[in-house]
Amino acid sequence: MSNLISLPIILPLLAGIIVAFFANKLPLARAISKVIALTNLAVTGFILYRIYQNGPIILETGDWAAPYGIILVGDMLSITLAFTTNLVAVACVFYASKSLTEQQESYYFYSFFFLLITGVSGAFITGDIFNLFVFFEVLLMASYGLIVLGNGRAQLRESMKYVLINLFSSMVFVTTVSFLYSVVGTLNMAHIAERVQEVDQQGILTTIGILLFFVFATKAAVFPLYYWLPNSYSAPNPVVSALFGALLTKVGIYSILRVFTLIFAWEADLTHTLFIYLAAFTMIFGVIGALSTNNIKLIMAYNIIPAVGFMIMGIGIFTETSISGTVYYLIHDMVIKAAFFLLIGVIVYAAGTSDLRKIKGLIHHYPVLGWFFFIATLVLAGIPPFSGFIGKLLLIRGALAQEEILIVIVALISSLLILFSMIRIFIQGFWGEKTQLAHPERKQAANKMTWPIGFLLSISVLLGVGAEWFYPSVEWIGEYLMNPQIYIDSVLKE
Amino acid sequence: MEIVMAVLAGILFTTAVYNLLQKQMLRIIIGTALLSHGAHLFILTMGELKRDKPPILSEGVENYTDPLPQALILTSIVISFGITSLLLVLAYRTSKINGTDNMEQLRGNDYE
Repeated sequence: MSNLISLPIILPLLAGIIVAFFANKLPLARAISKVIALTNLAVTGFILYRIYQNGPIILETGDWAAPYGIILVGDMLSITLAFTTNLVAVACVFYASKSLTEQQESYYFYSFFFLLITGVSGAFITGDIFNLFVFFEVLLMASYGLIVLGNGRAQLRESMKYVLINLFSSMVFVTTVSFLYSVVGTLNMAHIAERVQEVDQQGILTTIGILLFFVFATKAAVFPLYYWLPNSYSAPNPVVSALFGALLTKVGIYSILRVFTLIFAWEADLTHTLFIYLAAFTMIFGVIGALSTNNIKLIMAYNIIPAVGFMIMGIGIFTETSISGTVYYLIHDMVIKAAFFLLIGVIVYAAGTSDLRKIKGLIHHYPVLGWFFFIATLVLAGIPPFSGFIGKLLLIRGALAQEEILIVIVALISSLLILFSMIRIFIQGFWGEKTQLAHPERKQAANKMTWPIGFLLSISVLLGVGAEWFYPSVEWIGEYLMNPQIYIDSVLKE
Repeated sequence: MEIVMAVLAGILFTTAVYNLLQKQMLRIIIGTALLSHGAHLFILTMGELKRDKPPILSEGVENYTDPLPQALILTSIVISFGITSLLLVLAYRTSKINGTDNMEQLRGNDYE
């Protein structure tokens, strides 16, 4: 039954190919996409359940034993993230047909969409560092297609920079992988982790570690490598922004989490102190960016950055509590960022502008949207009992246990400022006198777009309220990541 | 032999970075192409260079080169081909719609 673990990669890949044939028959393409997205969610849920019950599933493709062939590793961390990815995908696929124009949909939106999901799930599941690069490329290729979808002036301008930045970091990634191969002579992550302890030239390994961190940090938008993110994430269609904001940066975080708990865990001092400083700067600069603009799409895009800071902080502190905090925050952030970008999409659609100064009194016309936005703000800022609170609580408890007081203060202040930046949208955009709507004819369509967001928000609220159910498995993942020997043994079967 | 290859890869990286830092879009794309060539040479060098030794292990073959770096290069070359052609198309559209191929002028923060 170990072939099961390849399904989260193969199903969306097949879907992407099938949907490409129906580019001009949109109703059919939409129906197929929705059905496949739901099937994929169910299948991933089933695999999650299997792994929860029976332990990790490892697929050695082509029956090549572990250190030689390409392997897929489905442990609790990777499959949980793949499952969350599919939750986001379902919400986005139901939202897409309302938010995109028919022309954009017929330019193979659904194919790119499913290929993106393939790449993201593949990056989570693979156990081979070169394949990590390949799946990064798969998801980046799909994202290049998605970011130019619509062909607008600003979009083309920003996508050019996006492609160049990602191409550069990919090439650095390939070079670093070949470095690593020449030092340890293997590409299997578990095998690398084992060999790394035997290498006597630790200096080279530190260099490789920092280079890998540079690559992943560029994808994850850690300070000072976040400069490309705000403009390119606010340029495309909201559903594309939602996919990017929810999934792409999180793949970077996942890779940092995997590589720095598994491979470079033995010389934690240097790298992890660096992480804590970078986390603090990431939070500060992200929040400053969010407060600096009146464009609500940009405010949202900047808000990705402090969240990345929180997750890096957990990896930097490097205790079981803080790592499980990072994992909890990662799952929470995927769901809530997707919900937020979709919400911003509805607001921009309803108001006809993304300039905050021109939007007033929306709540009189869109009460459901207003309250969804309010709940989402509370979730994002981490007001108990919502899910953001639990993640932050774990992170801060971990930091306090290690006596890293400064980062705790920065984290708490930046949380407050995140709340301020979002509540500003709520106060200016939703409160105020009842005014004439700029586009009253869009009301029905906008209300239809609200429901996929309700789905994501209810998951987010469930994650917070039902923390008692989820916490044990997240805590277990934290423990598991702090003991890389478990991963190595399960892959190499020693 | 490895030294020569390493120097060659270094030259490619240098020219790539020089071209990447230019303003004209086409030069930047040439820079990315050179960068990927440098990376590929690098992978080949890392797998040790040997003369007259095929990357195949069959019966009777005593000396063989490590086949893995060659497989990696193949994957990497395909990817960089794809991205280079995509970049050329993208640059064409961008310069046509924005009316310039100068990266300095492709800035901005306008509301849409």
